Amino acid sequence: MMPDEERLKQGPVAIFECLQEIPCDPCADACQFGAVLAFQDINDLPQLDYDACNGCGNCVSRCPGLAIFVIDMTWSEDKALLKLPYELLPLPQKGDEVRCFDREGTEVGQGRIVRVVQSLRVGTPVLWVELDKELALDVRHVAPLSGGGERDG
Amino acid sequence: MKQVDIAVVGAGPAGLHAALMGAERGLDVLVIDNAGQAGGQLVKQTHKFFGSREQRAGTRGIHIADELTKKLSTYTKARLWLSSTVLSYYPADQTLMIEDDAESIRLIQAQRLIIATGASEKLLPFPGNDLPGVYGAGAVQTLMNVHGVKPGRKVLMVGAGNIGLIVSYQLLQSDVEVVAVVEAAPHIGGYAVHASKIRRMGVPIYTSHSVKAARGEQVLERAVIWQLDEQWNGIDSTQFELPCDVLCLAVGLSPLTELLWQAGCRMVFVPELGGHVPWHNGRGATSVPEVFVAGDAGGVEEASSAMATGALAGLSAVESLGQCPDYAEATGAWSRELDALRAGPAGSKIRKGLQSLQL
Repeated sequence: MMPDEERLKQGPVAIFECLQEIPCDPCADACQFGAVLAFQDINDLPQLDYDACNGCGNCVSRCPGLAIFVIDMTWSEDKALLKLPYELLPLPQKGDEVRCFDREGTEVGQGRIVRVVQSLRVGTPVLWVELDKELALDVRHVAPLSGGGERDG
Repeated sequence: MKQVDIAVVGAGPAGLHAALMGAERGLDVLVIDNAGQAGGQLVKQTHKFFGSREQRAGTRGIHIADELTKKLSTYTKARLWLSSTVLSYYPADQTLMIEDDAESIRLIQAQRLIIATGASEKLLPFPGNDLPGVYGAGAVQTLMNVHGVKPGRKVLMVGAGNIGLIVSYQLLQSDVEVVAVVEAAPHIGGYAVHASKIRRMGVPIYTSHSVKAARGEQVLERAVIWQLDEQWNGIDSTQFELPCDVLCLAVGLSPLTELLWQAGCRMVFVPELGGHVPWHNGRGATSVPEVFVAGDAGGVEEASSAMATGALAGLSAVESLGQCPDYAEATGAWSRELDALRAGPAGSKIRKGLQSLQL
């Protein structure tokens, strides 16, 4: 479920890491641009029209499985932008440096929060993380610089 | 003796939906729950639901509980007795004996009874499983998500089904360390997306592993883990210790069926449904005409299906009283949703269970 290199060069796009047929379809409702194709069966895997997707990230906040990410390889000369769902408190703030982790939980580098999107009551907060381009395809979790989950309290 | 059209035992997702079907059609409905708060397991479910819009996908369980309880309270003929326990059911005169919130005994005669009592957790036998610090996953969720109390500092989760994975994630959200998840089966049983959420936060998941023993002087201090061979026997040479002060068991659920046995319902042993369940027709009707079953009590699934089976049982009970002019239409819609939820690979176990229930 990865757009090709050509599409990544064109701007922000959603990456659906939803590879198992489970009864779940809120992503189809979440997209205002028709990029998530309508489900025939609620157990279908989501199908994304990469040309219709503009990487807005609405689906990221709506996916119950926290399985959707947005990658923008065109963010700047040397940095990419990663939008990821984040359900831990305290929420990082704009400007915070964060530690970046891959799918296995291995720390692979650092990034910087450029925006925190919190909208709907039930929507998952979405972090916009600026990071090195070569990390964007691997990073799936971030933690504050100090502690990383070892906070007091 | 007080009389009602429909008594519903259990105010979880199934019971509340069943009650709403009766209340919306003008019947006297009494819902009884031994908890002090309605919603059943929904009140512990801080994660967003799967399923489709009809089952409130994307909504957190705790908000669904509030919404359903509020909706029920708009019907003057619907009542909700909390902190009240149904002690027994007497089928001869269709009477429930209830200990109410003032610890008084009340008798209620119900024309129709809907059992939506849910399920209880299975335990795992191993030396030391009586040490303080060994919990069921439900208790851990209650402590954290209902009372705001951390169960401990370092948790070992046993079971990688959806409950084990979701509770592990909720522990991480509560700033509690999860040292590992062990799963006796060779594969993760829960949804891959739930496993991914805890993997990227650094929690290892050991499949084909189980707990050999729990150790500690006064309280749990560490768990001994070992790998299982293809016959599920522990391999001594593989054992290792993990320090932990909580061992959380998420190893499956058994339907709570005492009242159904008392009612004289024909019971069938179906492993895929969690053990003994009442025979039912897929719309909540049991072998006893005035008794219906909804939710996990009729076969362990999850909350989205419980809402649908609850609605179907409610509609069937109303129909059996001759008060459901829209029965075909309403049950058709809920049945289609339920079938869709169970249609995929994730529903194969429940489909097999329901099939053997009918044999």
